[in-house]
Amino acid sequence: MVRLVSAVGRVFLSLFEYLGELVLLAADTFHSIFTRRLRWRLFLHQIVEIGLLSQLVVVITGGFTGAVFAAQTYFQFNKLGIGSGVGAVVSVSLCRELGPVLTALMVTGRVGASMSAEIGTMKVTEQIDALRALAVYPVDYLVVPRTLAMMVSMPLLVAECIAFGIGASYFIAVHVLEISGTYYMSNMVRWTGMRDITMGLTKGFCFAILIVFISCHKGLTAREGAVGVGKATTEAVVNSSLAVLIFNFFLTMFLNIIFPAGYQ
Amino acid sequence: MVNTGGEPTPHSEAASADAMIKVRGLTKAIGPQEILRGIDLDVRRGETLAIIGRSGGGKSVFLKHIIGLMQPEAGDIWVDGQNIIGLNERQLAAIRQKVGILFQGAALFDSMTVAENIAFPLREAGERDPTILREKIREMLEVVELEGQEDKMPVSLSGGMKKRVGLARSIIRRPSCVLYDEPTSGLDPVVSDSINRLIRRLQQRFGMTSIVVTHDMKSAFQVGNHIAYLHEGRIYFHGTPAELERVSDPILQDFLLGRSGSESAL
Repeated sequence: MVRLVSAVGRVFLSLFEYLGELVLLAADTFHSIFTRRLRWRLFLHQIVEIGLLSQLVVVITGGFTGAVFAAQTYFQFNKLGIGSGVGAVVSVSLCRELGPVLTALMVTGRVGASMSAEIGTMKVTEQIDALRALAVYPVDYLVVPRTLAMMVSMPLLVAECIAFGIGASYFIAVHVLEISGTYYMSNMVRWTGMRDITMGLTKGFCFAILIVFISCHKGLTAREGAVGVGKATTEAVVNSSLAVLIFNFFLTMFLNIIFPAGYQ
Repeated sequence: MVNTGGEPTPHSEAASADAMIKVRGLTKAIGPQEILRGIDLDVRRGETLAIIGRSGGGKSVFLKHIIGLMQPEAGDIWVDGQNIIGLNERQLAAIRQKVGILFQGAALFDSMTVAENIAFPLREAGERDPTILREKIREMLEVVELEGQEDKMPVSLSGGMKKRVGLARSIIRRPSCVLYDEPTSGLDPVVSDSINRLIRRLQQRFGMTSIVVTHDMKSAFQVGNHIAYLHEGRIYFHGTPAELERVSDPILQDFLLGRSGSESAL
């Protein structure tokens, strides 16, 4: 019994230690953002890496999710004679949930993994020690540009995912499932408000912060050569994905108070 | 410590007053293993101290403490008169501008060319003028005898070339002190000799204080004005190369002659 309690205690202690390290990294990064000069070249490079090069993944994810969601909704709604409600359901769902969450998961897989692998490799090959030895603080050089680039890119990627999702769902609903385009648009505009878009973009911004700190932290604490980097990368993706899904619930509950769902 | 009987001991008042680096009671444990067990050492301005010792004996760990890359359990380190223990990363930046380090694997930034690696410290210090940067890079490449290699990526360099580029990067801002972590490890004898000559030349040309950590005895004798032997986490011997040659201590003799000795005899 004592051993069990001790084991559970150890798990909780390591969890709190991990969360504490994340908070300290975040505090250090935001302190740097407000007090140190920004390395514009690195920031723009990260914008390209995170924002520009994620376009295809996000467009395909958004497009096919919108298309399949439109089809599934139509199959159910059509039986009830409300097939033209597809547009409203798809757009609200994409704005409030699917857009931000799916974009976050795709960015975690593409960008989070790359961040932790790159920083982890720098750690195990002493390049981070070299930065420190050359009087360059690794958080300023590595984490700040990535954080800012993520905070700028993610809401835009979420918007793109939502737009392509709605576009694809319109195409499937109107041209394949033969719903009236006018009713589709009318219902979508009627039921989707600025509050839904704002909620999606806010979630994207919050997820960006989660992904970047979890991934950079895993990279900065990587150990034991190639195996350590591989482990750090896997953990970065798993932890970021779980954090996005868990945090999404609490964020939804909180943001729904500010941006209540439904026709106002 | 083995009594050398020659020059004043490094802990004498005169040596301490002139010390670029002063270490007192430095201890460090990694996990359950005690790596450093109370190191006391002075390195005088302009001298080259070679620290020798067996592999895994804590030489590199000791070196990393001097530049604040590791924090000790106890002890003090003064660099150019300033105690660096307890300073945070940002406070250490000023100290790190005075001390350069050549890492064992050179630690070049693999996403940058040779020229970008060498110019990195200057760019970070705010230098943006391409003419000045080009001139400095050219000068450093000449010092380390790598003219014309500006555009190569680290992955296409040999081990010796990487170390030279790493050295050029660490001295481009003319630090007062350079730390070398196993500068000749993994290199053939000819390249090792050229690196040793380079270390000596840098000391003569720029008057830099140098600490060379090595287990290559030839290298230690070639570059060191003084040699310290790190044994079981302590400085076991500190003296000139000539004094080391005269020492009859069995532990030192075993190391100098490359004998596995009684300690590890089967």
